[in-house]
Amino acid sequence: MAKKMSQSNTSSEPLKTADGVSLKVSLNRALRRRKITALLLVTPLFLFILLTFLGPIFDMLLRSVDNKIIVQVLPKTVSQLAVWDASTGELPDEAVFKAFVEDAKIAAENKTISRVGKRLNYEKSGMSSLFRKTGRKLKKFDPDKLEISYTDLVLGYDKKWAKHETWWLIQRESGKYTSSYYYAAVDAQIGVDGVQRKPDDQRIYMKLLKRTMWLSSLITLLTIVLGYPIAYLLATLKTRTSNLLMILVLLPFWTSLLVRTSAWIALLQREGVVNDFLVTLGFIGDDGRLAMIHNQVGTVVAMTHILLPFMILPLFSVMKTISPTYVRAARSMGATSFTAFRRVYFPNTVAGIGAGGILVFILAIGYYITPALVGGTSGTLLSNFIAYHISTSLNWGLAAALGTILLMVVLVLYILYDKIVGIDNMKLG
Amino acid sequence: MKKVFTQTALAAAIAVGSAGFTTASAETELVIVSWGGAYTASQQGAYHDPYMAANPDIKIINDDSAAEGAAKLRAMAEAGNTTWDLLDAEAPSAIALCDEGLVDEINHDKDLAMAPDGTMASVDFGDSIISPCFIPQIAYSFAFGYRNDAFDTPPTAMSDVFDLEKFPGKRALEKRPDTNMEWALIADGVAPGDVYDVLDTEEGVKRAFAKLDTIKDQVVWWTKGAQPMQLLADGEVVFGTSYNGRLFEAIEVNKQPINMLWDAQILNLDGWVVPTNAPHKAEIMEYLKFATDTQRLADQSKFISYGPLRASSAALVGKHGELGIDMAPHMPTDPVNMKTAFAYDFEWWADHKDDLAERFEAWLISG
Repeated sequence: MAKKMSQSNTSSEPLKTADGVSLKVSLNRALRRRKITALLLVTPLFLFILLTFLGPIFDMLLRSVDNKIIVQVLPKTVSQLAVWDASTGELPDEAVFKAFVEDAKIAAENKTISRVGKRLNYEKSGMSSLFRKTGRKLKKFDPDKLEISYTDLVLGYDKKWAKHETWWLIQRESGKYTSSYYYAAVDAQIGVDGVQRKPDDQRIYMKLLKRTMWLSSLITLLTIVLGYPIAYLLATLKTRTSNLLMILVLLPFWTSLLVRTSAWIALLQREGVVNDFLVTLGFIGDDGRLAMIHNQVGTVVAMTHILLPFMILPLFSVMKTISPTYVRAARSMGATSFTAFRRVYFPNTVAGIGAGGILVFILAIGYYITPALVGGTSGTLLSNFIAYHISTSLNWGLAAALGTILLMVVLVLYILYDKIVGIDNMKLG
Repeated sequence: MKKVFTQTALAAAIAVGSAGFTTASAETELVIVSWGGAYTASQQGAYHDPYMAANPDIKIINDDSAAEGAAKLRAMAEAGNTTWDLLDAEAPSAIALCDEGLVDEINHDKDLAMAPDGTMASVDFGDSIISPCFIPQIAYSFAFGYRNDAFDTPPTAMSDVFDLEKFPGKRALEKRPDTNMEWALIADGVAPGDVYDVLDTEEGVKRAFAKLDTIKDQVVWWTKGAQPMQLLADGEVVFGTSYNGRLFEAIEVNKQPINMLWDAQILNLDGWVVPTNAPHKAEIMEYLKFATDTQRLADQSKFISYGPLRASSAALVGKHGELGIDMAPHMPTDPVNMKTAFAYDFEWWADHKDDLAERFEAWLISG
């Protein structure tokens, strides 16, 4: 046997299968076939993720820099303005005004001119009505009857056209892409003399971002503190009891978000259950009722409760796999119960804490319904403003820029987590 | 048991048969987007039901997503697949949608019915046509309600809301710059006619915020329409702003200990807009002609306390459909309530909302 093998190894003749194809080729073929099958199996999922997840994210990233509207609606004006030197501080020349009248007249007839106004209004308030008004007047304007210069015609429409800043703004935003949404998202503005921070009483997004980070971290910490003992209890009790407790954990999880949030309002408000209880017991006077809702306390309490199951479930599934013999072994070797917990049990659950922590944190920074209802002014998060710009102000560019910043923050935290804890150690179940 | 089964089977067969029949008769389904709740119910009662009764081939489907109407409509237009036929929108959002070219301009005189006396629609609706795309329906107002058990001497003017000494307690205000800044300036002594001129200046904006500062720590800011009524009902706040229709419901229907404070009510308009590329353009214009005529607009006030925007409808406003009380005194457009009413400047806010919404939020945070 050994002799035969060494013979075939040393022989220059390659191994062949029954049908005479070299073994190597045949194996490769089989492997390729299996790879294709595997690829076909994951294709639907891959396409699904591409279409419903990666596609929209990419679209959102694009929206935060997209600025096609101005060059589309005012093409001649944009090309004329390109040669205008704004730094002279003088208004553009007649050619620009002529191009503008021609562009704007077409735009007014196509009803696209007010879209330019709305876009520029994001940069400077007053632009929206300026363009709407000018559009209305230009619709009636007949170029053949023009007796004055185009410049005088436009300046006669509104005194804002005589402002250098108006033309400078159009020139600045005439590119296909813009960075102005990102500047707005970090509380800065582009002035004639460069980028400046907004005045202190107009800065909000960075403050909101900081607050969102801080509250989300606090909520994550609270869910760990509250969820850890519960998960431990669930994992160590007899199956029958723990199943019952599990239902108690899952029941609120299955209840509508709005119902749970409203329940907290009923509990925490000034005339609510908790305050009534404290007054009855005499802990606080009737006029000293605690303010626990419509502020940060409300947001933290309600969101901690709502997100708690997302911490308990991964913790539970990790704890379930830890054999009780580990702790017993530690104890039998003389460790106190605290040492046994700290050195043996706890390190085994870190993967669960990591998974639950990331899950809760990421959900928390995107939450907006609960903070809107119970957060008052001090408990509003950045996501509330994203929702506002998506559904009310329709400033999708700014919403996209804010969303992108939030996404970047999550990615940075994810990378940090990977560096410190290691993503391979994360266990979701 | 067997008989029951046969009957059920028979009923099912008839149902299936008739369903097949209606599909065969090429029924047109019009998707009309409105605010849901009592408001959609009032439109159902006043417009949809009578229209469907007169036109059996039309079926009206209600969609309650008007609150996200602008955003959803824009998303549909971008995807090139508009499925809505008609959208109910507040005036500011109608202006914005018209600016974006997402809704069609209409010819009010040609597309809408004349008043019974032959007045053209554009005259009958008058100033309420705030945008060429906007088809007015009703006027509603933002007004204050107060707990009538909270004070010995009840408040009589809007400025009492800013008087913490005489009227202590929390106030529920909507979390938005518009309406609040106007009220602050009026309470600070600015003549109602000058409010927007004052707000146009930096000092004016600062002045409004300074006035709001005086009550800031006593304000509960609300975001959803149901909140202020709940806060008032629970006694969490002593004053609360709301839509007058919701206040009417809390006071007259639910008999809450709340009174209405009409002083300095801020009037706003609500109406229809027709989405560009609406799937059933011809049918919906036909419907609009019916639903916005003099009688239909007056009929709506049987169901809800919002004032019809046709001058010719005002005289036809009658009694509440269920309570049987006279609706006229509960209308924001009633002459008595209108005495100190403040006219909201849509054009001004279309320009300044973005800016001031951010400053307002910054002001809230700086607290």
